[in-house]
Parts: sequence; structure tokens; C-alpha cells
Amino acid sequence: MAGGAASGGSVASDTYKNARHWLLMPSWLVLGFFVFAPVCVMVIYSFLTKEFRGGVTWEPTLAAYDQFFFDRGLFGDADPTLQWTYIEIFWRSIWQAGLATILSLLIGFPTAYYIATRPANTRALWVFLITIPYWVNLLIRTVSMKFLLRDEGPMNNSLLNIGIISEPLQIINTNLAVQVGLFYSYLPFMVLPIYAAVDRYNFTMSEAASDLYATKWATLRRIVLPAVKPGVIAGCILVFVPSLGAFLAPDLLGGAKNFMIGSLIEEQFKGNAGNWPFGAAASMILLSMVLVLLMVFAHQQRRAGATT
Amino acid sequence: MNNIAEIAVDVRDAVKRYGEFTALQKISLGIRDNEFFTLLGPSGCGKTTLLRMIAGFEDVTEGGIYLFGDEIKTLPPHKRPVNTVFQNYALFPHMTVLENVGFGLEMKGSSRKDAAKRATEMLELVQLSQFAKRKPAQLSGGQQQRVALARALAPSPKVLLLDEPLSALDLKLRKAMQIELKHIQRETGITFIFVTHDQAEALTMSDRIAVMSAGELQQLGAPRDIYEHPRNMFVANFIGDTNLLEVSVDKIADGCAQCHIGGGLALTCDAVDGVQAGAKVHLSVRPERLILSEKATEGTSLRGVVTENIYIGTDITTMIDLDGGPKMAVRTSNTERGNKRLIEPGSAAFVNMETGAARLLID
Repeated sequence: MAGGAASGGSVASDTYKNARHWLLMPSWLVLGFFVFAPVCVMVIYSFLTKEFRGGVTWEPTLAAYDQFFFDRGLFGDADPTLQWTYIEIFWRSIWQAGLATILSLLIGFPTAYYIATRPANTRALWVFLITIPYWVNLLIRTVSMKFLLRDEGPMNNSLLNIGIISEPLQIINTNLAVQVGLFYSYLPFMVLPIYAAVDRYNFTMSEAASDLYATKWATLRRIVLPAVKPGVIAGCILVFVPSLGAFLAPDLLGGAKNFMIGSLIEEQFKGNAGNWPFGAAASMILLSMVLVLLMVFAHQQRRAGATT
Repeated sequence: MNNIAEIAVDVRDAVKRYGEFTALQKISLGIRDNEFFTLLGPSGCGKTTLLRMIAGFEDVTEGGIYLFGDEIKTLPPHKRPVNTVFQNYALFPHMTVLENVGFGLEMKGSSRKDAAKRATEMLELVQLSQFAKRKPAQLSGGQQQRVALARALAPSPKVLLLDEPLSALDLKLRKAMQIELKHIQRETGITFIFVTHDQAEALTMSDRIAVMSAGELQQLGAPRDIYEHPRNMFVANFIGDTNLLEVSVDKIADGCAQCHIGGGLALTCDAVDGVQAGAKVHLSVRPERLILSEKATEGTSLRGVVTENIYIGTDITTMIDLDGGPKMAVRTSNTERGNKRLIEPGSAAFVNMETGAARLLID
């Protein structure tokens, strides 16, 4: 299939080579101005010296990266030891984002599968229902979540009233609250690509598998999952990457102890107290991690594609 | 095998309803062991539904389905010892040809090694050994079709179900596959249930054919039986070309029915159960069973005027307007014609037929 598309493209390139360059121009301009240029600014800023009221002075230094990884004591003259504060924040971000991805997959896959197997005329309605929460701003939804999860919030109150618990559950300002916030924010990004993949899946193959003595579970594992894998991977990337850099959920639901990278970076640029080079350096480290991750995925995809 | 054949699949009063719509109305048929059995009918006649009920993909609304005496209608597909060749093959795109063919055995509990060994044998049977390592997308339609066949045969099913497996192939390939399928069926001795809408295909391949229409069984019999003795209008029309004439039955005596056509032309044919004297019924007579001549002969001889001669390679079809209205087609084989000259359009001619050539239809 991929081969067919590629050969079709090469035929087109002979005829429309020039036109294609011009047609791609707007996209290249947008990408250049709004992605490539800002990233360059970030790279440069991360190697500059901080100004105390925000901003930078043009003196190249590695201080921002040094601050991230090493502790040199209060006055900066002690022997450098590894600085765990920021690495811990990164580590927490990674496992929070990872957990949110796994939970989204566990809930999102059955949901997507269910929607894709409904009669064609009701599927649009289901997809529409999935997207409804997204008509409301993420900030407002996260604040609402904060009220729901509060010690005296509706959730705790109803549990107390039923008598399941005798004291309110401490959920707000914990990692659990952050997790709930992340999972809730990004679940649809898991559901929609998987839905699209299952929708394209030819269910006669499931019939063929069960005809060939495969149980439902074996059919899912051996036939359905390999067929919809691209959608699953896309969904995982779409949940993991924004979760990693999220700052609303950790800020509003996690409190000061459950900091994630997004909040750390945000803080460096907010108001006058920030440290721009340090924020830029932290962003660069996050960006590199995400890029490495995506390249690993892309590499695996290409290997799988080469044999299909 | 030639004594009373064992029944492989026994369909008893099977009904299939989708809400208000009845797809199958009380079908009963017994498919014999080692038989090449065809379900033939136009699209929407319920033949595929019946096949899918045997495979287990559709519930049986009423009635039962028995496989060698065992009730199977409550078993899920993966517990039924039958395999299916799907219309669009449904090969697994992420597996190699060999893995596809070995899949059923692996699921049945064979080790990967044993499955691969048996799959290799099956690929030899369908002459695709050199493609074992390829992915289905790298094969042509005909090759994919063989892989689907090998995959369905590999677990040695008790019955093989084929759902219009040749419909996606071009004519030449289809004809070659028809013969090959028939050979494979004889070699393996497995009961084949074949679904098709192509009557020529059904006649070529089958031991017996069940003709279906509108969810009902119209006729069940050997190809020759169905072609030469169609029971009703639908079967006569659907299988091959035929002349349909409206006749009035005047008298039935000694197994012969004396009839006349609208214009007063008289003819004699075999009597049929269910057709009484005085009835107005249809009569079917195959064009190749008619003999055209310039003179009347004894027995049935209908006068008319030739309107057209159509050359179709092996045969010539002559169109005739009979005296009194009805048109008829007569087919003369070109070898049989020899040096006889054609009767030109506009000339008078007689259509002669033997008593056994025509068939009265029940409805």
C-alpha cells in the first residue's frame, strides 16, 4: 500500500514539481517563522546570562545547563555535586505522562473500538459526544476538576453521605489529582486516532480469524491490534507529549509539591522573578527528550512498514 | 461412498430473520459427505446468509444445523470444524503467506514448527511454495485466492465453505480456478459448499446444486437435472437460456401432455406432476433442443418465419416468429449444421422438437 502511494507520488513529481514547491511555500513559511525561529531563539537564550528582572544579557555561558544538573552550594563556590531537584521533576513528569498514556490507552481503546463498531449512522454522534468537553477552555475544566476533587467537594461529600468513607479523601494536591487531570485532559487524543484506525479495519479479518479457531482474545491480540497499531502509536504520542509539558493540571491540582516540567518552565518566564536562560535550557532538555522518543517510534514504524 | 452417502451438513427448517425482514424461510437440505455442493442464486437470495449460518457468523433464528449429526448452531465460529474461503480473501496483511496458512493450525494448538510444516505442504498443493515468505499485498489476485484456499484447507476442516471466491478474478483465471478447485476437492475428499451467482460456474463444478431465490429453495439436484428439468419459471430462466411459452394443457394421457399455444399450434411434451388438463402454464424448451427445418416432421412441428440469424462462434441462433405470435430462439451448432444452408430471414420454417425436449413448469 505504501509502495503504491510512493510510486504515485513520483509520477506526480515529474509533472508538478514546480507547482508543488510553490504550493508548499505557505506551510514552509509558517513552520519557519513560528516553529523553527522560536526554537532557535530558545537555543540561543539557553546559552546566555540571566538578567535579574527577566530577560538576558548577551554573554555566552553554560550557567543555565550547569544549574540544571549540578549543585555548587549557596555561594556557587563548593565542589559540584549532582543536582537532583530538577531531575526529580523531570522524572515525575515522565512517569505521570507515561501513566496518563497507559490509562488513556486502557480506557480509550475499548471506547474507540466500541464507537467504530456501532452502526455507521450513529458513529458521528458518538464522536461528537467525545469532543463536547473540548468546547470549554482547558483552564476552566481544570478549575472545575479542582472543585470536584476538593476535600469539601461534591465527590467527597457524596462519598461521605453514602457512608463509604468517614473522612474526606485527600486527593487535591497529590500526584493522584495531577494524574486524574492529565488523563481527563488528553483522553480524546487517544480515542480519536484509534477510532480512525479501527474504522478502517476490515472486520472480515476478525471473522476469518475466528473461523480459523482463534478465540476472541487471540483475534484481538494477533489480528486486530497489529492492524490498528499505527492509530495506537499516534494516540500514545498525542497523549504523552502534551502530558509531559502540561502545566495547568499540575499547577491547579498538584500544588507546590507535585511540580512538573511544564510548571517549572512556565515559572521561569512569568513575571520579573524568572530566569529566562534556565527556562530555555529546561525547554531544550524537554524538547530533546521528546525528539529522541519520536525518533525511536518513527524508526520502529519504518521497520514495521518495510516488511509490510 | 456410493452406497447411502453420509450427510455432512444437515440444515433443518432453518429460518433467518433480521427484524421484520425474512432472509431465509424454512430451508431444509442435506449436503452429503465428499460432495461439491453449490448454493446458486441471484444476489439477495439468502445463499450467503445460509453459508454464514453454517460457518457460525449468523445466528439461526429458527430450526437447526447439524454437522455429521451434531447440532452446531449454538457453537461460536472458532469451535466449528468448518473453514471458510472469503469473497475478498480476508488474508492477514501483517503476516507472511506461510504464517497466514499456518494460522488456523496454530490456533488449534499445533506448535509453530508443525503449523509451518503443514502450511508448506498446503502451499505446494496450490503451487505457491516460492511465495511463502511474501506478504499478501505482494501477490496477484489469483495468488491471494490460492493462499485463502490453502489457509482454509490447512486445518483439515470437515467441510469447506466458499463464498463466491472466484468473483474477483478475470474470466480466464476464473475458468482455470474452477477446474483446479474441482480437482482439489476430489483430491482432498473434503465436502465443499460453494456459493455463487454464476450459473455456468455452478454447472461446471458441482455434484449437486441448490437453486435459491427470495430466501427459498427453488430446486435441488444434479446440474443436468436442474438444467434439463427445471421445476419452475425461476429455475428455467436463471439457469441457461430458454424459450418460455404460455401453453394451455388440453389432455394428459400416457405420461404425455397435449398442449396448444396461443395461435393454435399444437405440441406434445412430457407430463409433470402438479399440472392438470385445462391448466394454463409455462413451458420451457432449451434453444439447442430444437431443430429447424424447411419441412414439417412428425410429432411437434411449429410453423413460423425466420427473422434473424445470429452468429455466436460455436453456434448460430435463429430467431423465429411463430404463427400466432410467440417468438422462439433455435440454436444450431456449427458442426452439426455442416454444409446445410441457413434459412434466410423472411423465409418460412418449421421448429421441430422431441417430446422430451420441452418441460412444463409448475409456476
